[in-house]
Amino acid sequence: MLAEIGHFALILALLVAAAQAILPMIGAARGDAALMAFGRSAAGLQAILIILSFGCLMILFGQSDFSVALVANHSALSQPLPYRLAATWGNHEGSMLLWVLVLSIYGTGIAHFGDNLRATLQARVLSVQAMISVAFLSFALFTSNPFARLIPAPLDGTELNPLLQDPGIVFHPPLLYLGYVGFSVTFSFAVAALMEGRADPAWARWMRPWVLAAWVPLTCGIALGSFWAYYELGWGGWWFWDPVENASFMPWLLGTALLHSAIVTEKRGSLAGWTILLSILAFSLSLIGTFLVRSGILTSVHAFAVDPERGVYILAMIICSTGTALALFAARAPMLRSGAMFGSVSRESGLTLNNLLLMALTAVVFLGTFYPVIMEAVSPTNKISVGPPYYNLVFAPLVIPLLILVTVGPVLAWKRDDLRRVGGKLWVPAVLVLVLLAGLTAQMGTAKAASALGLAVGAWLILGAVLVLARRWRGANGFSWRLVRTTPAATIGLVLAHAGLGVTAAGISAMGAFSAEKILVMRPGETVQAGPLSVTMIGVGEVDGANYRALRAQFTVTQYGSPATLFSERRLYTVSGNQTTEAGINPRLLGNQYIAIGDTQADARGPGLVVRIYWHPLVGWIWFGGLMMAMGGTASLADRRFRIGAPQVRVPLALSPLAPAIVPAE
Amino acid sequence: MERLIFILPVILFAGLAAFLGFGLTQDPKSLPSQLIDRPLPAFVLPGIAAQDGGGAGFASASFRGEPRLLNIWASWCAACPQEHPVLERIAAEGFPVYGIAWKDKPADSRMWLARYGNPYAGVAADEAGRTAIDLGVTGVPETFIVDKRGRVRFKQIGPISPEVWEGQIRPLMQQLRAEA
Repeated sequence: MLAEIGHFALILALLVAAAQAILPMIGAARGDAALMAFGRSAAGLQAILIILSFGCLMILFGQSDFSVALVANHSALSQPLPYRLAATWGNHEGSMLLWVLVLSIYGTGIAHFGDNLRATLQARVLSVQAMISVAFLSFALFTSNPFARLIPAPLDGTELNPLLQDPGIVFHPPLLYLGYVGFSVTFSFAVAALMEGRADPAWARWMRPWVLAAWVPLTCGIALGSFWAYYELGWGGWWFWDPVENASFMPWLLGTALLHSAIVTEKRGSLAGWTILLSILAFSLSLIGTFLVRSGILTSVHAFAVDPERGVYILAMIICSTGTALALFAARAPMLRSGAMFGSVSRESGLTLNNLLLMALTAVVFLGTFYPVIMEAVSPTNKISVGPPYYNLVFAPLVIPLLILVTVGPVLAWKRDDLRRVGGKLWVPAVLVLVLLAGLTAQMGTAKAASALGLAVGAWLILGAVLVLARRWRGANGFSWRLVRTTPAATIGLVLAHAGLGVTAAGISAMGAFSAEKILVMRPGETVQAGPLSVTMIGVGEVDGANYRALRAQFTVTQYGSPATLFSERRLYTVSGNQTTEAGINPRLLGNQYIAIGDTQADARGPGLVVRIYWHPLVGWIWFGGLMMAMGGTASLADRRFRIGAPQVRVPLALSPLAPAIVPAE
Repeated sequence: MERLIFILPVILFAGLAAFLGFGLTQDPKSLPSQLIDRPLPAFVLPGIAAQDGGGAGFASASFRGEPRLLNIWASWCAACPQEHPVLERIAAEGFPVYGIAWKDKPADSRMWLARYGNPYAGVAADEAGRTAIDLGVTGVPETFIVDKRGRVRFKQIGPISPEVWEGQIRPLMQQLRAEA
């Protein structure tokens, strides 16, 4: 019964979304307040229906109702309850339902928090949101119905992929989806602005919280995914340049660019066309990310629902949405007149450079990700894959200037500045960092100069962030508590995010320079030295978990005189027969001790266990930096100026309205 | 001219969409072997007999003078019993099939052959899986067709079905026999 209720609610939601796609748009064109208001109520209704539908599916998973095909295929009785519930989105159909759920929640957000929005803009945004909603709801209903029945019902299901039975996976997809889908809001804002023919500072101010609302969970989701891969896949890598990782990274890069370009549009009225283009592209890349995962066009560890028919549907969706939006952009954007001019040394030009570098980075990742597809089209027998060497070679030279710029940007003045003044503000940290760089290079040798540079840049970012705060607190008349208390949340956001980026950069560089690994066959009682670690295998035994059996090895790890005990497991999930590795990790401030066990194998001295020992210096900083960036975004989101009414356009700053037929009198 | 810049994104996107659409028509799982028309990688492998060293196996150098099938299998492989009758039929039709037992204990390989029957003209053991790496084996079963001059001419990934044998591999073997 629940399955039918859920299915029915989903169908109703599709109908509501269809109405919401059409009526508010007509209302905005005619200036009909009632039709425009309908958009707000429809958004709420649609969200309620989809929440109902999602709730039904979740209860079905909770009850282990194997008469529903999806439950039978992704859940087993022996699976612990949290993973039975998380299985709701640990599969294709359920994750699509999560997609539309998040989409509808953002929709109500626009309806609810949009009180200070121009009514026509809000109506158009809601209408575009609903169009996306219609596309995804019909995709879910027609090609991947989560409520399809399975008759006769089996007595037990096939379990969720054991790799996904992990606390990380409970949060990773919802966070990523909050990010991906969040960019649908900025996409809708961009399309609505193109329709209205105006993208002014007020528009940018309305949109920017939504950029943050998407960017923050996306940052968390990527960091969490990277962390999950690190401890679950059992070989200690934290980023693989896998096509699907790239698919989440590209919207993040563009989202970061968008965050910054929207500041320029908000404060100075410039770069409006560029901001719109970024909004369109960020969401398009999110869609393409979905396409990559679902279509099987590229083989990837994430491709859990490979189906060309779905691929065709998603591709059609991408062509309709992105194609239409870009065509609209081509037609309308030249009419958006940009605001104030700015000098070649100014905050605006700094942010423009930031945008260009981020765009170039996105292009690099994009090319690497799609090169195999393009090559195959050019010469069909040429199957290639693009790996880390490409990215390391091309990514680093672009990212270093960007990181250096991050500290320079906030000291630049708006509109016009000169290099001497900037130099005067930055020479102290610059000298400190150069001394650090020289010291590190001398210490580590020129072979590791790239890592030394990375560490120095990390220090430059953290120092720069601290300086922003110091300058704010010192003020013209020296330090005062009043200045500390009144620091805007946005400034704190900037400081946290930039420092977080520095922490991440330092972590990545340290991993590149100082990590150590050793792979060998060990027997209980043996001790080996791996980098700075001294590892003794204490014993091996079998343990039983809820739905798995495991081989568990105990180790004592000694580093700088302090011993620690680590357990490493190799699990066999009995229902599916899948094996997973649970590495033993001892996380510390300065690095992680990491031990994973493999098969039993014989070497010259008899049978033993394959053991991989790693020393990962500062690796935790990579994710902690990500968390800091997300906290920075959250702080910025809390800034007061987003809650007070946006200033209405101070006349000619922005754009000449288009034909009155398109923009009704307000 | 300035308008062109605004049209550029949509043009680039159209190109990308074309590539993606083309990509959809391709099977991502088909992995062409890099060995096609190249010599079989050199190997010398022991057999699977119950004696020290496993007895006589075979070496890549022996793949000369007649076209052969080189089948990679294992006793632990689930699809191999399914392929087995086809291999027996191929052997009965007079085409030599050689087998490499991949990552398998010789005792297990022997038991498997005793249970299902032995279609192989020769069986070698690749316990450590080194030769399989040279061959680019992605899983079991896989079958390489090697011509008279010791070059790989075709690679079958997964079991050989009767249809694949009749439609593809047998005609190829007959053609290879006819070659100089």
